[in-house]
Amino acid sequence: MRRAGALPYLLILPSVLFLGVLFVVPLVQTALLAFQEGGTWSLGNWHRMADDLNFQDAVVNTFSVVLIVVPLQCTLALGMTMMLRHVQRGRDIILWVWSIPLGISDLAAGLVWLAILTDQGWLNTLLFKLGLISGPQAWLTYETPMVLLAGIIVAELWRATAIVFVILLAGVQLLPKEYEEAAEVFGASPWQRFWRVTLPLLRPSLQTALILRTVLAFEMFAMALALGGRNFPVLVSEAFNWQYGNQDYGVAASYAVLVMAISIAATLIYLVALRVPAEQRA
Amino acid sequence: MKKAAPFRRSFAAALAGLLLGAAAWAPAARAEELVFLSTQLRPIESAQKMRTQILAGAPVPTNFVTEQPPQLGVHVRAEAQAGKPVSSLIGGLHGELLPLAGTRNLAPLDDVLGSLTNRQINPAMLEAGKLGGSQQLYIPWMQATYIMVANKQALPFLPAGADINALTYEQLAQWAGNIQEKTGKRLLGFPAGPTGLMPRFFEGYLYPSFTGGVVRSFRSPDAERMWTQFRDLWKFVNPNSTNYGFMQEPLLSGDVWIAFDHVARLMDALSRKPDDFVAFPAPAGPKGRGWMPVVAGLSIANGAPAAAEAAKLIEYLTRPAVQIETLKAVAFFPVVQVEMSVDLDPGLRLAADAVAKMGAAPDSLVSALPIGLDQRGGEFDKLFMDTFQRVVLRGEPPRAVLDRQGEAMKRIIADTKAACWAPDARSDGPCPVE
Repeated sequence: MRRAGALPYLLILPSVLFLGVLFVVPLVQTALLAFQEGGTWSLGNWHRMADDLNFQDAVVNTFSVVLIVVPLQCTLALGMTMMLRHVQRGRDIILWVWSIPLGISDLAAGLVWLAILTDQGWLNTLLFKLGLISGPQAWLTYETPMVLLAGIIVAELWRATAIVFVILLAGVQLLPKEYEEAAEVFGASPWQRFWRVTLPLLRPSLQTALILRTVLAFEMFAMALALGGRNFPVLVSEAFNWQYGNQDYGVAASYAVLVMAISIAATLIYLVALRVPAEQRA
Repeated sequence: MKKAAPFRRSFAAALAGLLLGAAAWAPAARAEELVFLSTQLRPIESAQKMRTQILAGAPVPTNFVTEQPPQLGVHVRAEAQAGKPVSSLIGGLHGELLPLAGTRNLAPLDDVLGSLTNRQINPAMLEAGKLGGSQQLYIPWMQATYIMVANKQALPFLPAGADINALTYEQLAQWAGNIQEKTGKRLLGFPAGPTGLMPRFFEGYLYPSFTGGVVRSFRSPDAERMWTQFRDLWKFVNPNSTNYGFMQEPLLSGDVWIAFDHVARLMDALSRKPDDFVAFPAPAGPKGRGWMPVVAGLSIANGAPAAAEAAKLIEYLTRPAVQIETLKAVAFFPVVQVEMSVDLDPGLRLAADAVAKMGAAPDSLVSALPIGLDQRGGEFDKLFMDTFQRVVLRGEPPRAVLDRQGEAMKRIIADTKAACWAPDARSDGPCPVE
């Protein structure tokens, strides 16, 4: 093999610098900020974060959404991927339709769902026309927390299942057909083939999709803000409020560090739980 | 692999969209323009009207830039520390400009004021513009306040004997209660959403009306009674209130029949359907009819790159004709004497009448915006919203909540050393939480 010398490093350098300057430096600064108060080391920011009345709600809301949405999205995306394998005609059109939400910003998606679920929205209009309600029914208030959570979950499913689906689809397309054909020859049922052959082979893609989707779900912000506003605090919206509303950068930094720690923990869990054998790594 | 092609295209399209969006967002560098930094007229529609209508006739090309109130101080001081200020003219409320005077970021304007002929500026506001010193540090720009608006359908439900122009909070509760009883709907609304101005309702209306103060009386027995009564009133409030930002929207859609908000945030409803709505003063409590006139002023930054042009712009913005133009465009009222023309929009007339009635009410109790809190203003607002959330939405006992939040209030005041402001009695040092 010919030695490439410094060239690969030079080519990589700009991207490393770019990330280093605009990601690692602020990251370290934020982490330091979270543990400082008035120029000295302190846990004051963490106390104030944990003591705030929205903190517990933010934690519970964030975890509720992640724990409900991520498994549902994976199941749905797996189902969509498997179904699409058997589609011949119109496959491209189905692909397009399923990936429409990918092209929409999360805030725009939030506003779309707000237009559906608000008092004078599409849902109430439909229910009214069907004679199921007699007037505007409020869905997104502090008095209806379960419906609010359900609304956010449905909206998140609509918005972000596509990204899981795309990753799984890419994985499925790379799977060699031979394994399944061999299993079929040996008399495995479709169900057995899925559980014993396809799913284990998909593990690397599933791992990627889960990590990506879980980290993004912990960072959910715009959807919660659009639909829930003050009624549905999540970790990132609280970080935003402390930064811009209350102008307390220390507490905002604590929230940011907390979100990062949770994301890293989730990633590590996936890496261990879905360990990909060395021979299967690309 | 061919099948995946549409996908790559969709990714590429999404990426291109992102990049285009970013390019459109990047501000165009226009160095020769005067930069006018303002905490007022922030909502996009108001800012656009400022740029395209009010400033269209300005004597100098101006770049109107808005900033969140708690960030104004940081912004201006950062520019000064960088040694190369960008903003020349600063527009903000009295309480927002005061901390900038403390850090000597505002240039004296006595010469500018001397050159302003042919206009009578409200003398009390002009005096306030000295910010407690001997030199003029801001020149009054425009004023506004908060009022109430009701759909005419709500009027038959007014409690017997109640005068809509002299309501009490008790009567407001009865009124909303009557409406709920007869219609089955909760049609009273407050702007308690993330972008709403609800903290101002507590700071300038509810607290002064019930306790005669804001900081001193924060956890007083009067305050405890007030929160208990307000919690009872909240039973008749539309639960969507915690999502509302601008009350003109739910008023127009009919989700709400009675609402409290900033005049500029009610104007759309009044202007579009002046025959459907009435405007009236905020209610009164045991200590009077607390209300908060809001005066915005214009200052020139120390070391401003375009100080002379900024002075010209001040002259322009305080011309009576421009003040009327400002009223028509963004619903902020003049601070100089003007001839109110007869062609004033009927909606504006409704609002102007309500404001006049509030000021002229015999029990009127004027409250100032929080003064001297600077960057901690946001936290001060949060304190009231947290108290509201705990007492009213979560039903926690008011006494315990007030004691807890009182400690937070003490910390903010101690850190900022802010003295008391009206209607709290004056203090020599930092305002005490009694």
